[in-house]
Formats: sequence, C-alpha cells, structure tokens
Amino acid sequence: MKLKTEEIKHIAKLARLQLSEAEIEKYQKELSSILDYIATLKKVDTEKIDPTAQIGELRDVLRTDEVFSWDKKEIEEALNNSEREKGGIKVKRVL
Amino acid sequence: MNLNELTIKAARIKLDKGEIGAQDLTRACLLAIEEKNKELNACLLVSQREAMLEAKAADKRLVAGEKGGLLGIPYLCKDNLMTKGLKTTAASKMLVDYIASYDATAIAQLKKAGAILLGKTNLDEFAHGASTETSAFGVTKNPHDLSRVAGGSSGGSAAAVAANLCLFALGSDTGGSIRQPASFCGVIGFKPSYGLVSRFGLLSMTSSTDVIGPLTKTVADAKTVLDFLSGGDQRDATSVSYNYVAEMKKALPRVSPRLAKTATEKDLKKSIKGLKIGLPQEYFATDLAPDIKKVIDEKIKMLKDQGAQLVDISLPYSKYGISAYYIITPCEISSNLARFDGIGWGNVQVKTNSLQDFYQVNRGLGFGDETKRRIMLGTYALSAGYYDAYYKKAQAVRTLIIADFNQAFSKVDFILTPTSPHAAFKIGEQNNDPLTMYLEDVFVTGASLAGLPAISVPAGEVPVSDDKNMPVGLQLLAPRFFDKELFYLAQKVVK
Repeated sequence: MKLKTEEIKHIAKLARLQLSEAEIEKYQKELSSILDYIATLKKVDTEKIDPTAQIGELRDVLRTDEVFSWDKKEIEEALNNSEREKGGIKVKRVL
Repeated sequence: MNLNELTIKAARIKLDKGEIGAQDLTRACLLAIEEKNKELNACLLVSQREAMLEAKAADKRLVAGEKGGLLGIPYLCKDNLMTKGLKTTAASKMLVDYIASYDATAIAQLKKAGAILLGKTNLDEFAHGASTETSAFGVTKNPHDLSRVAGGSSGGSAAAVAANLCLFALGSDTGGSIRQPASFCGVIGFKPSYGLVSRFGLLSMTSSTDVIGPLTKTVADAKTVLDFLSGGDQRDATSVSYNYVAEMKKALPRVSPRLAKTATEKDLKKSIKGLKIGLPQEYFATDLAPDIKKVIDEKIKMLKDQGAQLVDISLPYSKYGISAYYIITPCEISSNLARFDGIGWGNVQVKTNSLQDFYQVNRGLGFGDETKRRIMLGTYALSAGYYDAYYKKAQAVRTLIIADFNQAFSKVDFILTPTSPHAAFKIGEQNNDPLTMYLEDVFVTGASLAGLPAISVPAGEVPVSDDKNMPVGLQLLAPRFFDKELFYLAQKVVK
C-alpha cells in the first residue's frame, strides 16, 4: 500500500508534528512498507472474535480522591519545568 | 573480586556480617561507572552525591541491626522512571532538562527498602527501539564487544549489569525491552506478569503491555528484587494485590499435579521432575540460526536430564504477533505522547505565532526519528476510516494470540523459546530499515501481548566472527501470575 504525500501531511497535522520535506518523503516510504507488512493481519478471520484492549479482569477500580500536600519548594520545583512568568506558567495565547 | 562485581546475595551476606558497608559498595560501583561509562554510555546520569547520602543512611540502619532485603544494595534505573529531584529524560530531547517532581512507586519502594540509586540508564528514546540507537544521547555499547549494540530498549540497564556498574538495574518491557538486551549482554532479564508491578511514575508508552522489571546477575537476585517491586498500588489501577494474585492462581489449575497444589515453591526448588515444558514449533522453525539452536538444544537436554518433560506445542497465531504489536503499540504511543505539547514541561522554547504552530514545532523538533514514526503510524491507524481495519483488527488478533497461550498452558506448565533470533548486531547495521528493527521482537512480543511473565537467562555463546563469541539468551514463559514458579525453573536452566 502506497501512502500519498497528502495523506502523510494530513497525518502529521493530526499528530501535531511539523515535518520537513525530507521527513515527509522518508515517512511516506517507510510507513507504506510497514503497512504492507502489517497487512498480513487481513488473512486472519476475526469476524467472531472480540478485541482485547487490556489484559486482566479488573473493572472499575476506584480509590479515594485524596490530595497529597506538597511544600512550597516541591511545588516550585515542579512548576520550574516550564516557562515561568510572575509565579505562573507562561503559555501561548489560545484565542 | 571487586565489590561492584558481587551479586545481591553475596553482598547481602557481607553487609549483614558487617564485613563491608553500603558506602564501600556504593563507592566501588561509582568508581566502576567512572572507569567504564565513557566507553559504554550505559548511564545518562550519575547521582554521586545523592547515592553517597543514601549509602550513609543505609549504613546507619545496618549498624542499628537492620538486616536483609535490599538494604544497602546499589542499583541503576532506566531513565523512563520518575526519580524525584533528578533528571528523567526518557533519552529524548523533549525532556532534556526535565526534573521529576515525584518518585515512581517502584523507586519509592526500593528507597524504603534502603536500596541505593546510583543514577539513570540509557534507553531508546521513550523506549521505542531494540538497540538503544534511537537515544537522543548516543548509543549504549555492548560490554562484550564495543562495536555491537547492547540491545534495547533497556540497553543501558543491561550493559550496566553486564559491566558490573551496579548490583542490579531496573528496566521496562513493553514488547521485549528487558529480555532482548538481557540476551544480548548475557544477563538475567525478567518481565513480570502484567499488573504485578505498579507502573505509577513510568513514562507511559503502551499502557496495555508496559511493565517494570529487574535486570540482574543471577535468577535468585531477580526474585529478590521482584519481591520489593510487586504488590498492589492504588495509583496504578491495573496493579494487583498479592491476595488477588493468589485467587487468580487458584482459578487456573496447572497441568502437572505438582504445580496445581498451592505449596509448590519449596517443592519446585528441589526438583523439576515431571514438569511439562512446551517448545513452540513456530519458534524453532527451520530459519532459526543453527548456532542458536545448538545452544538452546543443550539447555533443553539439561532440563530433560533433570526429569522435565519437553513437549512440542503449537502457537499458530504467533506469526501475526509482530503485526498486531506494531499496530497496538504505535496507537497507544500516539495517544500517550500527546501530553508532550511543549507546555508544562519539555518546552524547546521556540517563537511561533499560533498555538497550533507552537505544538507542531515543539513536537517536530523535540521528538526523534523513531518516536515520530510511531506517532505517525498510530495516528494513521486510529484515524477516521482506518480504526476498524487496523486497531480493532490487531486487538482481535491479540485475542487469538492470548487464546493460543491459554491452549498451550492447558498442556504444559511452562514454555521455552530462544529470546532473540541472533546475538547482538553491530552498531548501525540494522538501523536503516525500521521494519528490520521491528522484526527483532519476533520471539518476545507474545508474552507482552498476553501479559505473561517471561524471563531471559543466558543460554551460552555463539560465534559472531572468526575470533569472537557473543552471549545469547533463552526465554521461559509461564501462565500469568506464575512468576515465582518461573524463577525456580529458570534456576534449573542456569545451573
């Protein structure tokens, strides 16, 4: 299966990835060949088979929603992983 | 023998007798790291100061009379586990300056036990790979031959244990990432049952298969470390308690009457007589390298001599394992890595005009080649119109792969396979075609997709050139939650 350049660009946009022209060309080739390999799955009859999303039998595991308190230093250290301004985290304008 | 070369068990005896202190052990490991890490590139971070403080605290506990367990034992951990106050990079440019603000549950449990964290080990970026070549910080070299890879994605951890930079290391295994590097480096690599070890604080990759496990010098050491990692954790909803494990084991009667009983461990330690071990024909097909087959056959004979019954079995859907895995994994990755948006952490600080551009540029620059490839593949497979054909299809095939194992485990107690189709390959030899690298995982994805415990133990050596041999491993699998029983069998193979 050959993916078109337009398809690669569309996927990159959905995935929020800026790709160079060279990357687009490379991924076009590579993803196509990976999908060709994966196409062997088509040979398997799965019409009556339920999909498995998760191993195990646990369902609806609940716990109390507790707040673990952090001291000021811990809070500052965590926030410092991002760009700061006036005590807050600086982000891009959304609107 | 230098102290860093000790096994956990041997160091334990010396520590408990007061012959050595935790600070002696820690210093020996730090010295070994200083001497060898430059050429191996196994460690991304060495937390010398913190390690010596922890060692001092451990010595205090030892002097006060505390004994046993992992108290005073130095270890390294893969850099995709959160370590409070220390850099946690996942070997990605995206997290190059990220300092974890909390400890992963596994790390917290080891800390409580008094184990000493020496630093963080190299991996394929976000654990995406089978050679550590996708690390943003350079490849890890195999201690047995510096021109070869250490395997991956836990390549740094495997190389560190093989080179005696630590007494044990933690890795993570999503589709073979503990077992394959263990095979390449000639150490023990254990992947626990899915759910046995809390993943809280492990950077999520493929949440439906991710597990944390130990890489060690002996099987007994792996068992010791697992004891401190397992047990339920409220902060990982997929983790299970010991009671739950016991219930599940009772519900799954085993083939050999000896394993069906609850009190099997002591009994198993003594002898493996009468146990049935399955050899999947698909894994021993004619294209298996004769050198590897020879090494595995010798181990099979060793088990037979000890009274085990070796039985041919079939796992007919195993040939679809790689295909199913390389749909499911990229899909989960594309979702799990959506959190890296350049805000809050992982900001590469570029000037852009819109939020959309900000995301795209940060992610485009921050992620490496293989990570982007997997995000692209997963995004495609999950996108409108393709979901049923790829993701749902792969999940249905996963059901069949699990059924294969269930069927096999109605006939045998354990399964034995090679870990990898070959010994460690040369650096750069396989990284031109991503598909070649995916096929590395051919023998190891099955246990991941089915959530089974699996261990790779050194089986022997195979020639890779006229004058050079490299280690290869063999893999043993058990039904889910029969992790401990697996250790006893593994001990009989390495003996």
